[in-house]
Amino acid sequence: MKVDRCTIRFGGLTAVSNLNMAIGNHELVGLIGPNGAGKTTVFNMITGVYQPTEGDIFLNGERLNGLKPFHITAKGIARTFQNIRLFVSLTVFDNVRAAFNLHLKHGPVHALTRGGKFKQEEAEIAAQAMDLLKIFNLDRFRDVMCKSLPYGDQRRLEIVRALATKPRLLLLDEPAAGMNPTEKGALMTLIEFIQEKFDISVLLVEHDMRVVMGICKRIYVLDYGITIAEGPPDEIRRDPKVIQAYLGE
Amino acid sequence: MKYARTILAVFLFLLFLFALIGERPFSAHFAYYYDILINIGINIILAVSLNLVNGYTGQFSLGHAGFMAVGAYAAGSWADHLSPGLINFIAGPNGVLTFVLKPFPILQPLGLPTVLADNAALVVATLFGGLLAAVAGLAVGIPSLRLRGDYLAIVTLGFGEIIRTLILNIDFLGAARGMSVSGTYTNIFWTFGFAAIAIYIVLGLVNSTYGRGFLTVRDDEVAAEAMGINTTKYKVIAFVVGAFFAGTAGSLFAHYTGYLTPEGFNFFKSVDVVVMVILGGMGSTVGVILAAVLLTILPELLRALAHTDFVPAFQRGLEGVIKIHLPPLQGLLENRLILYSLLLILLMLTRPQGLFGDLAGSRRRVASSASK
Repeated sequence: MKVDRCTIRFGGLTAVSNLNMAIGNHELVGLIGPNGAGKTTVFNMITGVYQPTEGDIFLNGERLNGLKPFHITAKGIARTFQNIRLFVSLTVFDNVRAAFNLHLKHGPVHALTRGGKFKQEEAEIAAQAMDLLKIFNLDRFRDVMCKSLPYGDQRRLEIVRALATKPRLLLLDEPAAGMNPTEKGALMTLIEFIQEKFDISVLLVEHDMRVVMGICKRIYVLDYGITIAEGPPDEIRRDPKVIQAYLGE
Repeated sequence: MKYARTILAVFLFLLFLFALIGERPFSAHFAYYYDILINIGINIILAVSLNLVNGYTGQFSLGHAGFMAVGAYAAGSWADHLSPGLINFIAGPNGVLTFVLKPFPILQPLGLPTVLADNAALVVATLFGGLLAAVAGLAVGIPSLRLRGDYLAIVTLGFGEIIRTLILNIDFLGAARGMSVSGTYTNIFWTFGFAAIAIYIVLGLVNSTYGRGFLTVRDDEVAAEAMGINTTKYKVIAFVVGAFFAGTAGSLFAHYTGYLTPEGFNFFKSVDVVVMVILGGMGSTVGVILAAVLLTILPELLRALAHTDFVPAFQRGLEGVIKIHLPPLQGLLENRLILYSLLLILLMLTRPQGLFGDLAGSRRRVASSASK
């Protein structure tokens, strides 16, 4: 995935300015910055919610500008949300199954005739969804309304749902928000595990320095929409610009 | 969904038997109850199809009567101009069936050619009405489904009124004089047959991975898009399917009453259907069916009650006790709009999710609207 000199403006406000970013295969990259630095805007730009005012976004050489969010997901970029956005009237199982919609081979007509192919595909989806839930230890909540899950499990369910779209790049928007230190530790292991197990790239937006510094191999730092630093965690930690942005002069 | 197909098949078979044996004597002897039955069927079609839009997909359409009008007038014109040809082709002196059945004089008293030709005319006209309404649904849906909530409600309301006004001004459709439809072929079998088809299609869609897309659109459009679901496509499909069945209901209505006026498809007709969906519980097909039945029977029951001696006597008694002169209770009981409002207020206070609606969903909607 490559972001090439992207700028996004809302009226007179430049939310992200001249952003260059590249994520290789099987890479775990972090994106940090103080509140209002434009991190979530970058996410929304990559996933097609906003269009960049200038610049291009590529995935494996394919230009993504102008595509709708659902097209971009189909190309292999899945995301989670900063404030959890599950399908609240559905059960845990159905939340995951809904995400298989993207790769369906059958259409509305098959859903009505309910032939052998339809049943076979539905069974496959159910099995795959169950497997995913099992990996994340959520299978015991299968038929629970997702709303009644504990907070941490809701966050994990959102990750499971994103993985069900079979992405090549997973964007995680502040997955550690609202978690206690123990949960954060578990989350770090989980993200590394996901990257290993599903062989995907991960872009992590996070506030919590410990989480980002702990697992990301490379980090971008944004402040007021401008990339002020880029590099491995150790360099970022010592970078005077980063320290200034976070702690002031 | 597991048993839905079996239940529907058995139901349709029983209906078929009834249509074959009992329908004519029944409609002749119990015209009033027959009328209620047909209206129940038509209302089930309307409510179940609107539930796909308002309930499962979470869009708020107030234009169902408009689509019903399109279907009714389309089918009515078809019945006037094209059905006689079809009937003649099947059951005329040189018709296909007349010819085929000629070697079997024993079947003659059944009047088979005429019966089948009438039914065929009804079905063809109804499908035509449905298709035209679906086209109208597509035309309204594509531009307006970008809007959400209240805005969509206003656009669909406007559409319903536009249709009504257009009909009022088209002389070919009878304008304000109304339009009489030749051939009152609607029967129990096809009314409930189309209701069964509507129920089957809505349930079949919703209970599949494909159809779970409708529910995700209702729950969270942004998240649905992020999961690769084309929300606009789902909204348009829901709208078009809903419009199609509203159109078939319109055609059945046209072929039942034999007379259409634009006033029959005004805003209040749309509200009637919306009330059924809300009362039954958005996104609960069983609830919506029961609400359609209940709200068709209730006004009739209350009308019957209003005309008993009990009501004026009760009013006199009550006024004697509280020493206040009340407006006539009889009128209150006969006016379903007053009653619906009271019913809805009561329902919203006690069960905001509808009689059969899901609890979790409505709680969320209440919570999210409160936090906005």
